Amino acid sequence: MSDVAERVKKIVVNYLNVDEGKVTLEASFIDDLGADSLDTVELVMAFEEEFGVEIPDDAAESIQTVGDAVAFITKQQAA
Amino acid sequence: MSSHHQGFMAGKRGLVMGVANDKSIAWAISKACAEQGAELAFTFQGEALKKRVVPLAASLGSDFVLPCDVTDAASLDAVFEEIQKRWGKLDFVLHAVAFSDKNELKGRYVETSSANFDLTMNVSCYSFTAVAQRAEPLMTEGGSLVTLTYYGAERVMPHYNVMGVAKAALEASVRYLAMDLGPKNIRVNALSAGPMKTLAASGIGDFRYILKWNEYNSPLRRNVTQDDVGRSGLYLLSDLSSGVTGETHHVDCGYHVVGMKAEDAPDISVHRPEAEAT
Repeated sequence: MSDVAERVKKIVVNYLNVDEGKVTLEASFIDDLGADSLDTVELVMAFEEEFGVEIPDDAAESIQTVGDAVAFITKQQAA
Repeated sequence: MSSHHQGFMAGKRGLVMGVANDKSIAWAISKACAEQGAELAFTFQGEALKKRVVPLAASLGSDFVLPCDVTDAASLDAVFEEIQKRWGKLDFVLHAVAFSDKNELKGRYVETSSANFDLTMNVSCYSFTAVAQRAEPLMTEGGSLVTLTYYGAERVMPHYNVMGVAKAALEASVRYLAMDLGPKNIRVNALSAGPMKTLAASGIGDFRYILKWNEYNSPLRRNVTQDDVGRSGLYLLSDLSSGVTGETHHVDCGYHVVGMKAEDAPDISVHRPEAEAT
């Protein structure tokens, strides 16, 4: 996993209190990791803080899986 | 807090409505009050918030956590009946509750729907009056009621829209409540915090830009911190502000006195990834 993926994974494990093993790139925050709608907003805020990027609402709505978050943040950092 | 330390809120009991998580302004103020010995009760709305508030309350030694839907009179009645039963009196209330349809916190205010106008006013303004009605009989030794507002009540802020109108009404209601409750030594004030990255702020568009703008242009050249609002909230809820009522107190690094962009502030642009030409 990339550095971004490792950091994203760590945040998700901490916020959602889930086993590291469940946090795969394919894992859906809501369907697989038990996040509620507030969790997803808090996760996005945590990602913004950790990586110093801005994730606008419409982008946040399209971030459904761990992999989506990693891809978005990687793209933002490259910009 | 160690048992031999007596803070200046020792013996005071307060209700905090509207903690969402550990980034909440209400949480910062709760911590500051608890550090000075206050005993706290908390309300939450819905299961998603319950699972956040219960452990936070516990970390301040409180197991007094109640559900409350501020749009439901019976739900409000139940909260204050419970306080009457358990405490028999109340010294302060922190009201940190607001709501509006996120879709109307962008674009033009003029498009505001009647339904969302009513809901926003009810949750964000009237609920404070509804709380004051029920707190008054419990505040037998005087008390302090504090609500949260924002500068968007006084001046036009991008995206704040109907919430700015509701906060203006809230600030006006603070003045009327102060007059009504003053003879009973119940003080009523609003705390107008500068922008902070909270759950509520996540509903406001271009928030990072707003934070930057305030950082560059406020007299203190920074944004407010949790400690800033915590200490000012503590001041308003405690006897330190015993001669203060009807006030909208700005805790915004001085931003509200500024008339134009600071000369030393860099030009910044709103970052919109979707508008980027790559």
